Amino acid sequence: MTSVGSKPKLAVWKFASCDGCQLTFLDCEDELLAMAEGMEIAYFPEATSAEVEGPYDVSLVEGSITTAHDAERIHEIREQSRLLVTIGACATSGGIQALRNVADVREWIPLVYATPGFISTLETSTPIADHVQVDLELRGCPISKSQLVETVSALLNARRPRIPTTSVCVECKARGTPCVAVAEGTPCLGPVTQSGCGAICPAYGRGCYGCFGPMESPNMAALARQWRELGVENADLVRALRTFNANAPAFRDASAELTR
Amino acid sequence: MSETREIRTDYLARVEGEGAMLVRVRGGELEEVQFKIFEPPRFFEALLRGRRFTEAPDITARICGICPIAYMASSAQAMERLCGVELTEPVRLLRRLVYCGEWIESHVLHVVMLHLPDFLGYDGAVELARDRRDLVELALRLKKTGNELMRVIGGREVHPVNFRVGGFYRAPTAAELRELVPELEWAREAARELVRIVGALEFPDYERDYVFVALRQPGEYAIERGRIASSTGLDIDVSEYERHFTETHVARSNALHSSLDGVGAYLVGPLARYALNYEELSDEAKAAAEEAGLGQVCRNPFQSIVVRAVETLYAVEEALRIIASYERPSEPAVECAPRAGTGHGCTEAPRGICWHRYALDAEGFILDAKIVPPTAQNQRSIEEDLVGVVRDRLELPDEELAHVCEQAIRNYDPCISCATHFLRFEVIRE
Repeated sequence: MTSVGSKPKLAVWKFASCDGCQLTFLDCEDELLAMAEGMEIAYFPEATSAEVEGPYDVSLVEGSITTAHDAERIHEIREQSRLLVTIGACATSGGIQALRNVADVREWIPLVYATPGFISTLETSTPIADHVQVDLELRGCPISKSQLVETVSALLNARRPRIPTTSVCVECKARGTPCVAVAEGTPCLGPVTQSGCGAICPAYGRGCYGCFGPMESPNMAALARQWRELGVENADLVRALRTFNANAPAFRDASAELTR
Repeated sequence: MSETREIRTDYLARVEGEGAMLVRVRGGELEEVQFKIFEPPRFFEALLRGRRFTEAPDITARICGICPIAYMASSAQAMERLCGVELTEPVRLLRRLVYCGEWIESHVLHVVMLHLPDFLGYDGAVELARDRRDLVELALRLKKTGNELMRVIGGREVHPVNFRVGGFYRAPTAAELRELVPELEWAREAARELVRIVGALEFPDYERDYVFVALRQPGEYAIERGRIASSTGLDIDVSEYERHFTETHVARSNALHSSLDGVGAYLVGPLARYALNYEELSDEAKAAAEEAGLGQVCRNPFQSIVVRAVETLYAVEEALRIIASYERPSEPAVECAPRAGTGHGCTEAPRGICWHRYALDAEGFILDAKIVPPTAQNQRSIEEDLVGVVRDRLELPDEELAHVCEQAIRNYDPCISCATHFLRFEVIRE
């Protein structure tokens, strides 16, 4: 798609979100101008009025799908994008606005997300991958600056970005932070949450609140057991799982299980 | 005159979020102006119900990635007031310090990256950097100074994790804060330079006799606390807000319009703070403002870019003052025991007062929440500015008229990012 000698074209799109993930792009104060030199920022309305028509080499997509119109728009974006990368918890899991998905009686019904046609976009907030093929997902509420820079530079150099899928515990160990659950008895979602944030919550004396969503194959039963041993009620764990990644399957299913 | 002309700009760039604007001209007369915000479909006030009072700061932060501290600080203040708890002085100052960080990063983002390109004729900061790399580099480094305060105190720049009802999870050591001093000292010079740069811009000739509304706190330029004051003599506790301000549903839009009873449209944000709290600015900020051609009150909304730069300078100086006298508090937070009742909080977000109300049950679960963000309050004022700006410039070709209208909206640094909105610009001439 990119002709020889021309710079890759980047587009940044917004759906239901707080703008924090695309702001992270502008927060790369040290890297922004260098990144901008390596590519053509073809569509990024929060940053520029300039607009270059597609197709685009890379589309970064922020936000979740909450309206019928947006459910259409994401298909148009997919068609124009060689690579589509979701940035952040909203685009990747539905965001905090997906709490509506488990409101009322729906709490008791396991929702089926495999068929986009099944979803009423007015009543649910859904991740981009429920609607179109996604090539790469960046986790986090918000995304990590270093993972964003790594992703952009990898894509510019036509290699796969290195995004670890281990738990926050690994980052605590690397950072030398004593385990808040073991040492302080503080409930922590770190054991089931994907790394990438730098394990900042434990470093600041609080338990991880899961804003990067579930790691690969999390042991939710073991976590529930540990929290119970720390004296946490089921209802409190359910609320802890139902925040910015409430709709991520592992958190969604575990919280549904706990309310049964 | 039956000629019909129509201009559309489908998406207003360089604002945080999306909305719509409409200008209708019939027979050479301005008929109607609308600045539309499509209310967020994210339902924060609904999803807060049933959550614990301690969860409000982390949840409401997600309303806005550009000013999360504003939401965290207003919601925490509401809970603290309800619990009858007062922050210890060092913790209160730490709140003010992290808030200074947010003012710096948000103001510099808007001044140089979103607003300045309008004045200099560029599409955005990246385009501007091709010709004025020094200026954009200065802005990025200055913005980073604010973000560093957010990162060191809060743990990260967007949605900081170290903030809680009653204070913080961890208070930084004095040494950690002092490490920021050299860069903040550089930032003080850079902010002065920024005031000079934007003070020298040419501004459209437009003034309006606004009713200003801002927090006021004797002895300081109000940021994280204060009473609500207006240029019409209002002076109330934040809990009395709803007795004086009403939100009305405007049929053509999903947005709620705020008005001050007996007055109508009012203005919150930099111009309002500057007008009501000028005396509380530092001597250096006052001197920079004077040098940039500002009086003690600024009624030209296009000059809000200068006031933001002055406030950036103030926030840098204030950060240096707080760090200079900082001693690490023995406890990072005061314990808050919930009780049934209603609590109110209000702080000065970069764009103006951000007002919250929560009702709790005896266990501390949220029964009801109401949040009034600054841009909702400014919406009527934005429309009234558009009327004034367009009325004086009907002879302009559509493209130029569109440009000055977009600029008039950007004067407010509108933060409509709280959810998905759709902004379109159209001028209809009939």
